[in-house]
Amino acid sequence: MGAVKARVLIRPKEGILDPQGKAVERALPALGFEGIEHVRVGRMVELEAEDPERLGELCEKLLANPLIEDYEIEQI
Amino acid sequence: MAVESRHRDLGLTDSEFDLIVEKLGRQPNEVELAMFSLLWSEHCAYKHSRKLLRRLPTAGERVVMGPGENAGAVDIGNGHAIAFKVESHNHPSAVEPFQGAATGVGGILRDVFAIGARPIAILDSLRFGELDSLRSRHLLDGAVRGIGHYGNSIGVPNVGGEIYFEAPYEHNCLVNAMCLGIAKQAEMVRAAAAGIGNVVVLMGASTGRDGIGGASVLASAELGEGDEAKRPTVQIGDPFEESKVLECCLELLEKGLLVSLQDLGAAGLTSSAGEMASAGGVGIDLDVTLVPLREADMEPFEIMVSESQERMLAVVEPDKVAAVLAVCEKWQTGSAEIGVVTDSGQIRILRNGNVVGEMPVEALVDGCPLYDLEPAEPQGWMYGNRATLAAEASSEETLLALLSSPSIASKRWAFEQYDSVVGSRTVCRPEAADAAVLQIPEAGNAIAVSIDGNGRRVACDPHNGTIEAVLECAQNLACVGAEPLGLTNCLNFGNPEKPGPAWQLDQAVSGLAAACEQLGVPVVGGNVSLYNEGPEGPIYPTPVIGMVGELPDPAKVCGSAFLREGDAIALLGPFEPNLAGSELVKLRGELDVGLPRSDVTAVTAACATVREAIRGAKLASAHDISDGGLACALVESAIAGGVGCSIDLQPLRERGCSPEEALFGEAAGGFLLSGDLATLEELGATPLGKVGGATIEIAAGDRSLTVSLVVAESAWRSLTV
Amino acid sequence: MMWGVLQFPGSCDELDALQACQRSGAEARLVWHEERYLDGIDAIVVPGGFSYGDYLRAGAIARFSPAMEAVGEFAASGGPVLGICNGFQVLCEAGLLPGALLLNESMRFTCRQLDLEVDGTQSRDIGHFESRRATLSIPAKHGEGRYYAPDEVLDALEANGQVAYRYAPGQNPNGSARDIAGVRNEAGNVVGLMPHPEHAVDPLTGSTDGLRVFEDIAAIASAPANA
Repeated sequence: MGAVKARVLIRPKEGILDPQGKAVERALPALGFEGIEHVRVGRMVELEAEDPERLGELCEKLLANPLIEDYEIEQI
Repeated sequence: MAVESRHRDLGLTDSEFDLIVEKLGRQPNEVELAMFSLLWSEHCAYKHSRKLLRRLPTAGERVVMGPGENAGAVDIGNGHAIAFKVESHNHPSAVEPFQGAATGVGGILRDVFAIGARPIAILDSLRFGELDSLRSRHLLDGAVRGIGHYGNSIGVPNVGGEIYFEAPYEHNCLVNAMCLGIAKQAEMVRAAAAGIGNVVVLMGASTGRDGIGGASVLASAELGEGDEAKRPTVQIGDPFEESKVLECCLELLEKGLLVSLQDLGAAGLTSSAGEMASAGGVGIDLDVTLVPLREADMEPFEIMVSESQERMLAVVEPDKVAAVLAVCEKWQTGSAEIGVVTDSGQIRILRNGNVVGEMPVEALVDGCPLYDLEPAEPQGWMYGNRATLAAEASSEETLLALLSSPSIASKRWAFEQYDSVVGSRTVCRPEAADAAVLQIPEAGNAIAVSIDGNGRRVACDPHNGTIEAVLECAQNLACVGAEPLGLTNCLNFGNPEKPGPAWQLDQAVSGLAAACEQLGVPVVGGNVSLYNEGPEGPIYPTPVIGMVGELPDPAKVCGSAFLREGDAIALLGPFEPNLAGSELVKLRGELDVGLPRSDVTAVTAACATVREAIRGAKLASAHDISDGGLACALVESAIAGGVGCSIDLQPLRERGCSPEEALFGEAAGGFLLSGDLATLEELGATPLGKVGGATIEIAAGDRSLTVSLVVAESAWRSLTV
Repeated sequence: MMWGVLQFPGSCDELDALQACQRSGAEARLVWHEERYLDGIDAIVVPGGFSYGDYLRAGAIARFSPAMEAVGEFAASGGPVLGICNGFQVLCEAGLLPGALLLNESMRFTCRQLDLEVDGTQSRDIGHFESRRATLSIPAKHGEGRYYAPDEVLDALEANGQVAYRYAPGQNPNGSARDIAGVRNEAGNVVGLMPHPEHAVDPLTGSTDGLRVFEDIAAIASAPANA
């Protein structure tokens, strides 16, 4: 059995100040994009895992900091 | 595409190509052509400047390593040396300022640790177009973040620098990075490869397609349409990788495991292997299949010209290779045996044991023709003018306009993005004094360093302007009690094949040589960046000087800030202020050619007086007078001290200058000092007034002015992006 | 007394911390990140810098090193641990301190001398050193120093006397919650702060107020063992 490809999306939790998200949001109207709100800037990690059962644990322990970040695992 | 016309696309002239054919005895193949095109480029071969640079004085009793090595070095005492060099990364920074500036820092760090010195400080000299241009703000922001990112991550403090904004740099920004390091002289190493049969080891990051520029034309013959993945990429820096490579190399040198060491910079493996072989008078065989790659399908020519960062090349005796690889393993940095030193005098590139390229080392590294310039003095001022300050502006308005002019204003917005304290050596942080001061407990003393240039003044008169740049450094060093030991320089100029820039370069080098000879300061290394031209013409001719000096006791250093109410303020030195080339004349849109000549002997004597006074702890403050003239220097000392002052410029006017010249005129040779009146008079300084109050009051005939300290500070601290 | 200063690939201020420990009158040595045992060490410094390049998140990788496992055990048995800047980030990632450090509000690295207020309240479990309020002049230099914890946690920290250092009014360089510059754990033996006391120990390079921070940690080491 081959390794499973997965993509983990990590984003700042709601309610935490995200200055990068704010900066992007503020810059958009000047570039001609109206009506865009709630921009959050996060990270994306792609990997191949032999044991996809352990991905959740990997996210909890290393890829994300559960105190300040949410994550989502997509198998691709 | 025939190889014959490919060479032109790679920047080689027909006669250069013919010379290559002659030296090889045949047509060059793809790999060979790529390698020649890079090593015979201006950037690597110094075709148009090498003859000029021979005019520079390079000898001195404190010189431990002179030009021609990865960095220069001077003896600092107790068996230690200070290594230093400045380099440019102008064109990459104009394309991608963050990575361009970051990798510029990475490159200069490698040059310093390549000779066995641990980097202890960096400085940067930046030039952009005027700040009302979005592009210039973007470049400034990116470059400062990039320099901060790299320097901070690797833990080397940024202790000083300069930033200028002038229209001629709009399309060609300048990013010059300087690095200083400390080495035990017994552990220093040169680049020359030696020892037939010795192993060539590549250390550090893996090799990808970073920076493959001109050679991409060769790739186009093999690429299908839409083969985007093979397109050349911007060089990306990884300071974490560099910190590991640095520790690894220093440990290898400490343990005596290396015969020689060279960093990989412009033209990657080609230049570092070629230069090592040339310096050692040997040959080198390299097998590209042994090079650790980031992308599996790279062609031999790509591997040879890749500019992937954070890589070093070493020559190692066979029985020491295992130990070398073990140290690399400890520091978690890559390592691979990729070749061997031979007695063939050839550099041979192999793939899986088959030769895919071969040329005489001498032809590749030293065979490039050197050209004479054909200089012709341009007629009149060729850079244009733009007035932003009305002629009728009052003295106060003029002063505030100068203080808030981005070239003069405080650069705190920038230097607060740099770690200036890591390493515990920094005695004088940015803007605390005229030069950075670093303690050197290894030798029981301290060093001072300043980086200075003024392209606009050099444009007014390249010979005298360059002399002024050298004197500026010497004066900055004197203000912290330091005596110059050596100098590095970066010559940033336009297209040398055009007569105007050629003349500027020729005159500037002669000015540099003259100043160094008269001051007795040797040039220990440097860099040249040519072809800095935009659609509107060349940049200002910009020699950037980095000068290092020593001082015995850092505890005696005072800063540039006024310290106490009641202290006397005085002027020392052969200061003859003139508006030619000044920031004021720029703001008025009246720039023109011509600069007064500096009296180098008198300025040198004044430096000695100030230096001795500082060493004797006789002064409260010392500040060199430069951009914006005496009035701006006065305000800077007042703001730093949080206290006003009141002075009368009559004594200066008696030397024969107008009130306006006395206030805002610029020239070498002026020191603004404060302290005890009797002490200042004994030094031969001319008293001007006193420290005190909450205003800056300057009596200057019909141009007298009074400005509150708060208002002056607000103008001076207005630079932010 | 022997300090151990951890060293990860990418640490920057470990030699500065070593020197500072020595200046405070003790002995000190570096502890390589692969060392698993801390024999003979009386107090630990997790230093500043960019361990593992700050990749993924600052401190996220360093916390898994063998040395940090040892530090966890050391802290659990009451050993004093001082985390400075990146060290503070590592301790939070390791769960030895509450909260997390986020990107500065300005999104820029900022290096600046500033005033730090020492919260003099004693931890209720360490009653042996005097409550001493003070203001220290110390440099801060970081890009990710904005302290964050959910409000309930912040309230508990303040109620328990776990806020160890605060930026003086108007001097918060990163938007940190409640101007918090450093915290301690409940037991009071683990302290983390963003500013760099090791760069305020030499009159030649700045203030010497930083020595106070090392002295406070050293006092924990020489305190009689907790009951």
